[in-house]
Amino acid sequence: MKVPVVRNILEANKRIADENRTLFGSKRILVLNLMSSPGAGKTTLLEKTIDLLKDRFRIGVIEGDIQTSTDAERIAGHGVQVVQINTDGACHLDGNMIREALTQLDLDALDLLVVENVGNLVCPAEFDVGEHHKVMILSTTEGDDKPKKYPLMFQESSVLLVNKIDLLPYINCRIEVIRRASAEINPNLKVLEISATTGEGLPLWTNWLEEQIRQIRGTD
Amino acid sequence: MHELSIAQSILDIITEEMRRHHVERIVSVRLKIGEMSAVVPESLTFCWSIVTKDTPAEGSRLDIVSLPIEARCLACDSVFFVQNYVYVCPKCGSGDLAILSGKELQIQDFETPDF
Repeated sequence: MKVPVVRNILEANKRIADENRTLFGSKRILVLNLMSSPGAGKTTLLEKTIDLLKDRFRIGVIEGDIQTSTDAERIAGHGVQVVQINTDGACHLDGNMIREALTQLDLDALDLLVVENVGNLVCPAEFDVGEHHKVMILSTTEGDDKPKKYPLMFQESSVLLVNKIDLLPYINCRIEVIRRASAEINPNLKVLEISATTGEGLPLWTNWLEEQIRQIRGTD
Repeated sequence: MHELSIAQSILDIITEEMRRHHVERIVSVRLKIGEMSAVVPESLTFCWSIVTKDTPAEGSRLDIVSLPIEARCLACDSVFFVQNYVYVCPKCGSGDLAILSGKELQIQDFETPDF
């Protein structure tokens, strides 16, 4: 006998993510889900972003890693609220992990919360954590074939930061190939070329962020 | 390996539904999986065999129906399958699309043994 079910497999995660999103909305906090492969430069970008914006905005970070609290310690050194989540093997963060982490943050004292997801180009894109925007980093050293090979993350993201452009003279990576392939997968994807190390292009990124924070906060 | 989390979520739902329908054993679960969801069927099947061990769903089979990505162009209204993740209308070149299917991650039904 066949028994009909017709239920969304990730419905439990979606429900918790929606609850997180409602909470963020009531506190008027912009929340970003930052995703990339391991080593693409998420933590370095966060450190630079915090230094550029912390005088104007109150920033918090949730660090997701399979193991260690190394990244949280780096972020804490920049004087912002930070919580470390160790997934103990899981390759992505989910809505429930974020809900747990939120109990350790003072949300009334935040304008911007960045969730640094586990380094992985596939799984994090599948799990809504309640963010307003997914932002991904692709570093030039990973190669210009990545959009075609890992399309889901490119499709789900609002912004693509192409990082490590300072290394372009030394490697075989064509930015125009990344731009063309990304545009085919997601015509609305905003592509920004940056180097988190040298600071090149970072104003493009912080301008976008400021605009989003102001939208969430309304007129003030 | 998000397949492990997905397998666990399927088991949570199936366990609940089995209880609700007073079913003690099942032989299979039918899933609809969209091409966009980046699920590897072999990997999901493997994870299913692990998470169902020592549960009422142990030994059951996953029947996975894969769905291609289908889109409707909002500019010229034509409906087409997205090939190679190129989200551009083949007829008029517009990138303004509504995705009709391909993102599914859905349980359809499960089958109980015949008595």
